[in-house]
Amino acid sequence: MNAIIGLWRSTIGKKIAMSLTGLLLVGFLISHMISNVLVFVDGASLDLYGAWLRGFGPLLWIPRLILLGAVVIHIAAAYQLSALARAGRGGSYRDHDRPASTYASRTMRWGGVLILVFIIFHILHYTVGIIHPDFRVGEVGRNLVRGMESKPVALFYLVSMIALGAHFLHGIWSVFQTLGINHPTWNRWRRGIAIGLTVLVAGGFASIPAAALLGWLR
Amino acid sequence: MSTMRLTLKVWRQASPEAKGEFRTYPVEADEHMSFLEMLDVVNEGLIAAGEEPIAFDHDCREGICGSCGMMINGKAHGPRAATTACQLHMRSFKDGDHILIEPFRASAFPVIRDLVVDRSSFDRIIQAGGYVSVGTGAAPDGNAILVPKEMAERAMDAAQCIGCGACVAACPNASAMLFTAAKVSHLAMLPQGQPERHRRVLGMVEQMDSEGFGGCTNFAECEAACPKQISIENIARMNRDFLKASLREREETGAGAVSN
Amino acid sequence: MTGAPDVPMQLDDRIPDGPLAEKWDRHRSALRLVSPANKRKYHVIVVGSGLAGASAAASLAELGYNVSCFCFQDSPRRAHSIAAQGGINAAKNYQNDGDSVERLFRDTIKGGDFRSREGNVYRLSQVSADIIDQCVAQGVPFAREYGGLLANRSFGGAQVSRTFYARGQTGQQLLIGAYQALERQIARGAVQMYTRHEMLDLVVIDGRARGIVVRDMVTGAIESHAGHDVVLATGGYGNVFYLSTNAKGCNVTAAFRAWKRGAGFANPSFTQIHPTCIPVSGEYQSKLTLMSESLRNDGRVWVPLKQDDTRLPRDIPDAERDYFLERKYPSFGNLAPRDIASRAAKEACDEGRGVGRGGLGVYLDFATAISRLGEDVIRERYANLFEMYERITGENPYQTPMRIYPAVHYTMGGTWVDYNLMSTLPGLHVIGEANFSDHGANRLGASALMQGLADGYFVLPYTIGDYIAGTKFAEVDTSHSAFAEAEQQVRDRTARLLAINGSRSVDSFHKELGKLMWDHCGMARSREGLELALRRIPELRAEFWADVRVLGSADTLNQSLEKAGRVADFMEFAELMCRDALEREESCGGHFRVEYQTPDGEALRNDDEFAHVAVWEYRGEGVPAKRNVEQLEFEFVQLATRSYK
Ligand SMILES: Cc1cc2nc3c(=O)[nH]c(=O)nc-3n(C[C@H](O)[C@H](O)[C@H](O)COP(=O)(O)OP(=O)(O)OC[C@H]3O[C@@H](n4cnc5c(N)ncnc54)[C@H](O)[C@@H]3O)c2cc1C
Ligand code: HEM
Ligand code: HEM
Ligand code: SF4
Ligand code: F3S
Ligand code: FES
Repeated sequence: MNAIIGLWRSTIGKKIAMSLTGLLLVGFLISHMISNVLVFVDGASLDLYGAWLRGFGPLLWIPRLILLGAVVIHIAAAYQLSALARAGRGGSYRDHDRPASTYASRTMRWGGVLILVFIIFHILHYTVGIIHPDFRVGEVGRNLVRGMESKPVALFYLVSMIALGAHFLHGIWSVFQTLGINHPTWNRWRRGIAIGLTVLVAGGFASIPAAALLGWLR
Repeated sequence: MSTMRLTLKVWRQASPEAKGEFRTYPVEADEHMSFLEMLDVVNEGLIAAGEEPIAFDHDCREGICGSCGMMINGKAHGPRAATTACQLHMRSFKDGDHILIEPFRASAFPVIRDLVVDRSSFDRIIQAGGYVSVGTGAAPDGNAILVPKEMAERAMDAAQCIGCGACVAACPNASAMLFTAAKVSHLAMLPQGQPERHRRVLGMVEQMDSEGFGGCTNFAECEAACPKQISIENIARMNRDFLKASLREREETGAGAVSN
Repeated sequence: MTGAPDVPMQLDDRIPDGPLAEKWDRHRSALRLVSPANKRKYHVIVVGSGLAGASAAASLAELGYNVSCFCFQDSPRRAHSIAAQGGINAAKNYQNDGDSVERLFRDTIKGGDFRSREGNVYRLSQVSADIIDQCVAQGVPFAREYGGLLANRSFGGAQVSRTFYARGQTGQQLLIGAYQALERQIARGAVQMYTRHEMLDLVVIDGRARGIVVRDMVTGAIESHAGHDVVLATGGYGNVFYLSTNAKGCNVTAAFRAWKRGAGFANPSFTQIHPTCIPVSGEYQSKLTLMSESLRNDGRVWVPLKQDDTRLPRDIPDAERDYFLERKYPSFGNLAPRDIASRAAKEACDEGRGVGRGGLGVYLDFATAISRLGEDVIRERYANLFEMYERITGENPYQTPMRIYPAVHYTMGGTWVDYNLMSTLPGLHVIGEANFSDHGANRLGASALMQGLADGYFVLPYTIGDYIAGTKFAEVDTSHSAFAEAEQQVRDRTARLLAINGSRSVDSFHKELGKLMWDHCGMARSREGLELALRRIPELRAEFWADVRVLGSADTLNQSLEKAGRVADFMEFAELMCRDALEREESCGGHFRVEYQTPDGEALRNDDEFAHVAVWEYRGEGVPAKRNVEQLEFEFVQLATRSYK
């Protein structure tokens, strides 16, 4: 316990917390993405999947709470590190050139906020159902398709997935760096892995609102 | 052909408490001058005109002492890669250029005057464990411990850090991770550094944090600005060491075991 | 403190008796000790945090002394030692090429042109090996062989390979090792570190050095520090020439103040000129950059045969080039020793055959080597040096010859010390480049780092104990009137500098002084030139005190004021150098008097009259300094003439 508190107190520890929770979220999103693209097979298989999930009953709250905890820790760390960074600079430059950092890395914080907004919307949309035009408990596939019928909503999903992609792109490369997973011989793979996963997950997700917008989703 | 007319905009601040402002100075420079020699010329002109010269730190003027350092057009040490301000020559600029000169800015580097900042926080980071505890005269023969050539070379890559602070200046978070990681890595890669490896990284990181630097979020600007091209690989290595040390050592020795 | 005129200066070298090889060991075991419990009660002031100062402060603190350490930079890690490139010598004989303590000793004595003490030099050679062990243990990343053993390179003036190095940054790595040891002691509370503090006076009470007066360079506060011993490790004074390879802040102030308080100054005119530096490119030039001497292994030095030949080097046919080193020194050629190569280059330029802006440069040409070995081989050997050259000059040495010129590099002269590294003032120890001890009239490459660390790690920590244990100290603290007086003098001087408000900047005076010294007390010296300089310096000094413009105030960071104080001291010190050069009527090592040369232009020593150390004694404002003599005895080596033909 000591070790965990000690870790959390340091900037590196916060960063490690962020990367571990980030990884957990990445893991969730990979499986979430895969289950969601089942919608392209047919709505029914998604319903089956939803039913299977619901079969766990109250047990389902365990992964939910873990996910929630991860998001909270992740955000808390992000918030604290941002505050420390602001305090660390103390005043700003008239001119500050940043040739090395990428667009993705510079937008982690605002991108994260956008993702948070998305998550809240998304849960109200598909899990709680209160902003869903026609929500039916248990009919996941149908809910999904119906929920995407609104163009603004689908567009919002699409834009959010771009933000998520940017967050992923830097986040995954960043995890290697934060956890010290570096070795000269395969360091050059780190970018590749980040790009691959980003394309896979963000692309997979984005395909759904994109298909909806194109009218391919039924 | 070789002289150029430039317009400088320089941060002037009379004391740590003073407010500070940019002032504009025209200067005629020669392309063979170093950047600091160009500032010398400006200063001679200022003295003649009765204005106090621009204060800036410098000593070796050959890129090794780490004294010099300023933001030149938004870049720590200016536009040339792997080059300190004292080794930057005016041929990197052209006639008519406007040059903005600011001090390195970070809460842990308070401005003392003009472009001079206080970097003693770096010394305190070293005090928190950046050494091998060896008494004078107690050392075994130099060849008693073999060090593989590649290891010595990699340790040297990290050990080359000149402590200039450009990494902090360039980092959007004003983080001192590259500096700290360079020292931690230098010693972590040598057999001599092993016994204190865990204590060292815990102590140094704790000190780094308490100096008020920001945390690292892997922007890699530090590496690009570093005049000695210290790699952010060192940051990854330090993170790993820190994680290991936190899990193993902290339970035994209490938090952030520091030195003596 | 003005020494009484009639009493000759006490110059007991304190070299122990007995066989050379046993002197140090015997001496060490006979030295008095301070008990561990008492050490804490003794306060040692170390001024300087270069190799000498940092190693001494760390080692003394480790022994238990209560240490305060001062430097003018913002961190001890930035001391000038950081800039040393080439390496550090040690008689380890790791290469099995026949090196030994004895051989390093002989090379150093010969290299110094027989103007150093046998006892000191032998001890230096002995402890050299320990230095390497110490630094390795600290984690200094010395170059290694594939088998993991330490690598060596060879250096000028030696036929064995005994130089340890860390790429081209040996000084940096050694200093960081010492700095880290120092920071460790600071963390323990055993050393109190004062950065951005400049020593401006030495305080002597009852004939003993008991403290210093410093200026806090940030707040301008003048402060006193009292102690039981003062150690000066303030480096060399090459900057008297304005242009040198030294860092901009190097100065003579601390040593000069100590001189005025009674510490004898030895051989001030002994300076070393390094042949391969990047030439001056214009009036604005602020310092000179050293290029490693190793370039002369493959580069050929030449100038055009004709005067004022403005053609591009590649347009000058071979027949119209003068490879003057190869011509004059057929057997050593381009590898002639530093002083000889430097003088030859100067002569060529004096004849109007110099190249580049201002005509002060000679070519160092790699064309032959590139065509013989290929560009890749040359790149492999010198890539980083070529890159540095290009960075500074904007020229590509693979395509056009480098231009080089000699520059002031090191000062062998310094505060006189005995075998225990104590000056003529009891309680004032002087170490590193600041003392005169081990290099005679010329220092061998890679030996300054060795000496600085030998003094700091392995000699001073023993000998200082002997002084402390053997002294009954009067209770003294900074309330003593001597401190108040010294502080007042410092304040007055500062106020005076600020009050002049004349028309010329400090730098303009420094440049003028530097040029005068370079012309008349530089590579070649003549009676006529020295006398001229001796007439001109006091005039220049008067102009300085009448017309210098130092703006700003005394109670902030004021870099002009700092410089003004240093230049003011150089203005006086320069005179001492010229007098020393004038009165040493011989040529030896780095000191070349044109009147004393062999028919073919080589240095001519005069061992009968000048096999001694000249020790200058301050005798009061306006009174000429007195030249005292410490005779050098050579029991173990034979005096011989150097020849490199
Ligand atoms: C470019 C270059 C390359 C070199 N290469 C080599 C080499 O390869 N091998 C070799 O053996 N030697 C080399 N030398 C010589 C060697 O570097 C120096 O002789 C040596 O480092 C001097 O060390 P030091 O500790 O005596 O003094 P320095 O390192 O000069 O330190 C002086 C210290 O005194 C302090 N100080 C000075 N005045 C004051 C004051 N008034 N108040 C307070 N503090 C003060 C400074 O802050 C500093 O900390 C080289 C020199 C140069 C210039
Ligand atoms: C909920 C809102 C979120 C916010 C506010 C947020 C914010 C941040 C911030 C500021 C960073 C630091 C950037 C950096 O280190 O360069 C970060 C890193 C990261 N985030 Fe998020 N994020 C959020 C959600 C997510 C989600 C849903 C995931 C999962 C896909 C995720 C995965 C990551 C990863 C993997 C990292 C990298 C951690 C590291 O550098 O080691 N984040 N996040
Ligand atoms: C186009 C992209 C996405 C679609 C179509 C989608 C679809 C869905 C659907 C249909 C559900 C309800 C499942 C159920 O009730 O069983 C759901 C739940 C959820 N989704 Fe998404 N999702 C997408 C992207 C995301 C993203 C990017 C995140 C996280 C950053 C996310 C986080 C969640 C969470 C946390 C739940 C609730 C799980 C639970 O607790 O039951 N989703 N999603
Ligand atoms: S890591 Fe690089 S930029 Fe940072 S202090 Fe060291 S040398 Fe300067
Ligand atoms: S730029 Fe800053 S965020 Fe980290 S990688 Fe370098 S310290
Ligand atoms: S002045 Fe020393 S690094 Fe620039």
